[in-house]
Amino acid sequence: MDSVTSSVKTELRKTPLNALHRKLGAKMVNFGGWDMPVEYPSSGGLMAEHKAVRGSVGVFDVSHMGDIRIHTGKTPGGALAAVQHISMNDASKLAIGQAHYSAMLNPQGTFVDDVIVHRLADDDFLLVINAGTREKDIQWVRQNTATYDCVVEDLSDAYTQLAIQGPRAAEVLQKLTDADLSAIKNYWFTQGTVCGLPNRLICRTGYTGEDGFEIYVPGDVRTSEAVWNAVIEAGREFGIIPCGLGARNTLRLEAKMALYEHEISDSINVWEAGLDRYCKMEKIDFVGRAALAKASSAGLKRTLVGLEMVERGIARDGYRVFDSAGEEVGVVTSGSPSPTLCKNIALAYVPPVHAAVGTFLHVEVRSQRIKAQVVSTPFYKRAKKTAPQAVGTA
Amino acid sequence: MAYPANFRYTKEHEWVNVEGGTATIGITDYAQSELGDVVFVELPKVGAKLETGKSFGNVESVKAVSEIYAPAASEVTATNGELANKPELLNSDPHGAGWLIKVKLANAAELSGLMDGPAYEAYIAEKGKEASA
Repeated sequence: MDSVTSSVKTELRKTPLNALHRKLGAKMVNFGGWDMPVEYPSSGGLMAEHKAVRGSVGVFDVSHMGDIRIHTGKTPGGALAAVQHISMNDASKLAIGQAHYSAMLNPQGTFVDDVIVHRLADDDFLLVINAGTREKDIQWVRQNTATYDCVVEDLSDAYTQLAIQGPRAAEVLQKLTDADLSAIKNYWFTQGTVCGLPNRLICRTGYTGEDGFEIYVPGDVRTSEAVWNAVIEAGREFGIIPCGLGARNTLRLEAKMALYEHEISDSINVWEAGLDRYCKMEKIDFVGRAALAKASSAGLKRTLVGLEMVERGIARDGYRVFDSAGEEVGVVTSGSPSPTLCKNIALAYVPPVHAAVGTFLHVEVRSQRIKAQVVSTPFYKRAKKTAPQAVGTA
Repeated sequence: MAYPANFRYTKEHEWVNVEGGTATIGITDYAQSELGDVVFVELPKVGAKLETGKSFGNVESVKAVSEIYAPAASEVTATNGELANKPELLNSDPHGAGWLIKVKLANAAELSGLMDGPAYEAYIAEKGKEASA
């Protein structure tokens, strides 16, 4: 049998919670140069962690994510102009306290990285970026904002970032903060006291397809561990458990959220990835816009589809996709058993002619062609909270 | 979990238990714990000829696929059919109900190079130290 987790050879980067993860007996892996927990056998492992988030609540250490702040230089407006130039969504539409999904693009319209843009103040933005692309992203942001009147700060190592995710996340976090969490809408944020720490960023965001929050606290070990332990304590009555990158991946896959180097990369463009609604072509200019304008009229060569395995077998990243005539037509970008649906699911790039829901395709699993079907995505969508029923007196 | 002293173990974390002319093959408790929740097991057909050190099947957890290697040249005489519907047996009882295949060994002496229980336990203890170093 192969060893799944290769032993640590090179110097990996560690989050302030690294020692705590190891104390909890987490299985650690190298994720983009970071020594991160993939699952916690003491929590019951990946499957249990996934189910905790869907059914109640779980907590993730996501401190490996990078944070770039872009704020006013000499005169107001420079930061907004810079953010508008380097990201495809329209940051001018953000209210203070609001965030959105966006991406930074190459001139070809392909992805440098995807990013959550937070508007902290009128001319002050926080961009949360991926761990594996941190250095590249920061360098790219500095280069592409050099002619703008703004200040670019790399705050990546300043914070410990925790994601508290699941339908009970609000109840857990509410015990630890004076901020009124019920007033924070999805993809909005506020600042409040968390565990006695003033002015903490509290965002109703996540990467699980579930309700939840991401909080930013000072990145020293003592504070980080104290907050983590307080979250665990506050969540005890709801059965909160620590969750690793394994569950984070299956959760985001079910919700069809893109993962860099899988669904998006520097060779995949925005239209192919199906992220049109986050790309505002009505903006006068941003890096990648011209190429995208050309690409949209040229028509798509491939598009991202959801697959459900019909026959027994699990599609994995990189597996080849064939049409029913046996022609190779595409490739799987992510694939896994879905703990929520109890089916084997995958995302794959195929030509649009094979992308209709219901189309049968085959995925090559170790030289065998296993039947799969194109299904609508996301694979999982959380139920909208229904408003309390009005008790009519009329 | 205890590693039966009479089993033989490979460095790739398979175990072999020889009883009479038949050997039963599985993956170790260490292997299953490294894999996590097993969701799929792919085994050879009865009659298949296995070559020493060559892959004869796969065990898949939620997050990864791992190949299983033949500890010795042999011919498959039985496979554990229960695993098709209960792959989690590999997690709950890797040295027992989670066995993978039974084989007829071409040359039983081939197993003499493998580790016994105490040697394997020392081997994985060493691996554990490396990982946390």
